[in-house]
Amino acid sequence: MEFRFTDEQRMIRDTAAAFLQDVSDSSAVRKAMATELGYDPDLWQRICQELCFQSITVPEVYGGMGLGQVELAAVLEQMGKVLLCSPFFATVGLGVNALLLAGTEEQKERYLPAIVDGALTATLGWTGAEAARFGGQWGCEAIGLRWQACENGYRLSGELRYVIDGHSADLLIVAARAPGTAGRDGVALFALPADTAGVSREWQPTLDQTRRQARLQFTDVLVPACARMSGGEAAGRMLDDILALVKVALAAEQMGAAQKVLDMSVAYMHERVQFGRQIASYQALKHKAADMLLKCEVSRSAVYYAACIAEERVNPEGDARLADELAEAAAMAKAYCSDTLFHNAGSAIQLHGGVGFTWEYDVHLYFKRAKASELYLGAGTAQRELIASLLLD
Amino acid sequence: MKLTFTAADEAFRAEIAGWLKDNLCGEFEVLRFRGGPGDEHMFPAERKRWEQKLAEGGWTCVGWPREHGGRGCSIEQQVIFHEEYARAGAPGRVGHIGEGLAGPTLIAFASPEQQQKYLPGILAGTELWCQGYSEPGAGSDLANVRTRAAQGADGRWMLNGQKVWTSLAHESDWCFVVARTDPESRGHKGLGFFLVSMHQPGVTVRPIEQLTGTSEFNEVFFDDALAADIVGAPGDGWKVAMGLLGFERGVSTLGQQMQFQNELDQIVRIARDNGAARNPALRQRIAEAHIGLRLMRYNAMRMLSQDSNNEAGPAALVYKLHWASWHRNLGALAMDVLGPEADMAESAPYNLTRLQSLFLFTRSDTLYGGTNQIQRNIIAERGLGMPKEAKGNL
Repeated sequence: MEFRFTDEQRMIRDTAAAFLQDVSDSSAVRKAMATELGYDPDLWQRICQELCFQSITVPEVYGGMGLGQVELAAVLEQMGKVLLCSPFFATVGLGVNALLLAGTEEQKERYLPAIVDGALTATLGWTGAEAARFGGQWGCEAIGLRWQACENGYRLSGELRYVIDGHSADLLIVAARAPGTAGRDGVALFALPADTAGVSREWQPTLDQTRRQARLQFTDVLVPACARMSGGEAAGRMLDDILALVKVALAAEQMGAAQKVLDMSVAYMHERVQFGRQIASYQALKHKAADMLLKCEVSRSAVYYAACIAEERVNPEGDARLADELAEAAAMAKAYCSDTLFHNAGSAIQLHGGVGFTWEYDVHLYFKRAKASELYLGAGTAQRELIASLLLD
Repeated sequence: MKLTFTAADEAFRAEIAGWLKDNLCGEFEVLRFRGGPGDEHMFPAERKRWEQKLAEGGWTCVGWPREHGGRGCSIEQQVIFHEEYARAGAPGRVGHIGEGLAGPTLIAFASPEQQQKYLPGILAGTELWCQGYSEPGAGSDLANVRTRAAQGADGRWMLNGQKVWTSLAHESDWCFVVARTDPESRGHKGLGFFLVSMHQPGVTVRPIEQLTGTSEFNEVFFDDALAADIVGAPGDGWKVAMGLLGFERGVSTLGQQMQFQNELDQIVRIARDNGAARNPALRQRIAEAHIGLRLMRYNAMRMLSQDSNNEAGPAALVYKLHWASWHRNLGALAMDVLGPEADMAESAPYNLTRLQSLFLFTRSDTLYGGTNQIQRNIIAERGLGMPKEAKGNL
C-alpha cells in the first residue's frame, strides 16, 4: 500500500500547476467565459500540443501517454483550482472515459488518435428533461433519447439536455433506450460525429459561466451499425460505471477549487485590517478557515482513493475486488467534495466581507461553479442515498 | 499510488487473524467488543490477563524495533494488525499507554539502562502505564504545569502536586509525569519528564465519577512521591512530552477506526431491524456517518504513506478534529436511530446500554487531547500560517 504520489505523478501535477497559473488567470477566465464557445481555442491547442494532457489516459497503442486515473485526477485538481475554461473535462473526463470503457476497437482506433492530435473534442450526453425531476436524476432513469434498429444501423430520436460543451464538441457519445424499457434495460451507447444529419445543437446560457452546457435535438438521426458501442445488454451497467468515473473526475476538480478558495481567503485575511488588526488574527475567522482546511484534506483523501479505485476498474489488469468499490468510492468522493466546495466557496464570500459579493473579485466564480458542479451528476443527498441503499436495503 | 497490499502483507494478515481466532475464546470470550473509551472500566482483571496472552503470542508492541524487543513491523503490517485486531472484536488494550506512548518515548529519549528497566514489563504486558499530563485548572493549557519536582541531597527527585483526567490510573503500575523542576520557571521551560511508581506511599488515586455514572478517569495526588527516574535532563520535559504526543497520532488510529466501524455496524443493524432505515433523514445521516468513517481511513492511510516529502502535514493536523466531531455525531445518531428506546437504560440503578454510553462518552472526545477549539487554532496557526492566539497574563 503506497497511498501517495510517485515522483512522476508529482511532476505532472507541478507542471500542470505552473502552466495553468500562467495561462488561466482571472482575466483569461473572464475573457473566455464571455464567448459563446466558452474557451480560448488557441489555449486549448497549446494544452494539446505542449502538454498533451488530453492524451493522459489514452493508451500508448493509440498514441496517448498511457497513464491512469490518478494522473487524470492530479491534472483535474489543478484545472479546478484555476477554473480552466476548456473542453478538457468534456473530452477526457466524459469522452475518453466513455471510449475506454465502452468503445469498440474500431471506435477507439478512429477517435482516440484524433483526440491525441488535438483535432477532436468529445462529450457525453444521456440526460433529457427527466433529469430535472425529483431534484435531479442522473442515472439510466434520466436517459433522453430513444433508439430503434433499422436497415444498416439505428435511428435515434429525442432531446438531450445538460450536455457539457455539447454545442462545440466534435464527437458525441450518447446513451439511448429502446422504447418501452426502463432502468438499465434497453440501454445502448452510440458514438457519432456531431455533424451527423438530424442533430441540432443549441448553447444554453448558465449560472456558472465557466462551463458551457447545451441542448441537443435528435430528429430521426440515422447512424451506421458501427456507431453502437460495446456492452450489449449490459450497456446500462456500463453507463453507470462511466458516470462513476465522471464523478471522480468532477470531484477532483471540486477539491482543487475548494483548496483555491481557501488559499484566496487566507491571503485576503492576512491583507485586510479591521479594528487595527489583520482579520486573520480573529479566532472566529481562523476557526472558519480551519474547518475549510479540514474539508480540503478529507476531500483530497477521498479523491485520490476514488481515483485509485477508478484505475483498477479501467485498467484491464486491475484488482477486481477493488474495482467493485467503484460505485461506492465515486459516490463518496462526489458527495464529500460537492459539499466541501459549496461550503468553502460560501465561507470564502463571508471571509472576504463585502468585496466577496462583488463582480470584480473572483470568489463568485467559484461559488457559482460550486453549485453547478454540486448538482451535476447528483448532489450530496443523491450520493448519500446511493450509499444508504448499499448499506441498508 | 497503490492501494493493494503485497502477498507478504496478506500472509501477515492471515497470521494475526488466525491467532486471534484461536486465542480470543474461552475465558476471553467475554471480552469481545469490550473496553476502550467509555467502556474502559469493564473487566480489568480479564483484560490484564489478555495483555499477557498477547505477549506470549508476540503480539504486543509489534511496531517497536527488534532491538528493543518489538516485532519491527512495517507501517503496512501495523495497519493490518490494528485492523484485524479490531475486526475480531478483541478488547480495548489496557496496555496501550505503555505500548503506544511510554515505550516509544523511552526508546527515543531514555538511557539504555532506563530502557532495560522499563521496556520488558511493557512488552510482557505485566506492567501498565498511565499518563500524568493534565492538571486541575490547566485543561488544554498543557504548559501550565504546577506539579513540582525537587531534588534531594541524594539526587533523588520528589514530586508534589496533582494530576487529573488520568485514565486507567487505578489499574496502572507506572505513571509518566511532567513536573516543574525549576520553581521560578513558567510555561514550557523548566519542566522534567519523570517515571513514577504508582505503588508507593505518597501516591493517591481518586476516581472521577463521569456523567455516565462510571469512572475511568482519575485524580492523582503526589505528596512527597519518589520519582524512580527522570528521562532526559531537568528542563527537557517539554521536548520529551511533545515527542510523545507525536506518537499519539500513529497507526493506532486505524485500530480506533475499526472500533468505530463496529459501533456503526451496530447502529446499521438496529436501523434495519426497527425500520429507522426507511426514514429518509436517518438514511442520509447513516450514509454520512459511513462516508465520514471511510474518508477518515483514507486520510489516515495517506498520512501513514508519506515519505520524506511529507505532504500529509495538513492531513495529520486535521485528524483529531475530524474523528472527534465524527464520533460525537455518531453518538447522537445512535440515539436517534433507537428513537424512544434510546431512553431505556439496561438496568437499575444506572447501568447504561453500550449505545447510551457511546452517546454520553463522545461528548468528551471533543474535549480531551485538545478541544475542537484548540485543534482549530492549531490548524489555523500551523496549517495556514495565521497569527498566534494572544497569550493572557493572568
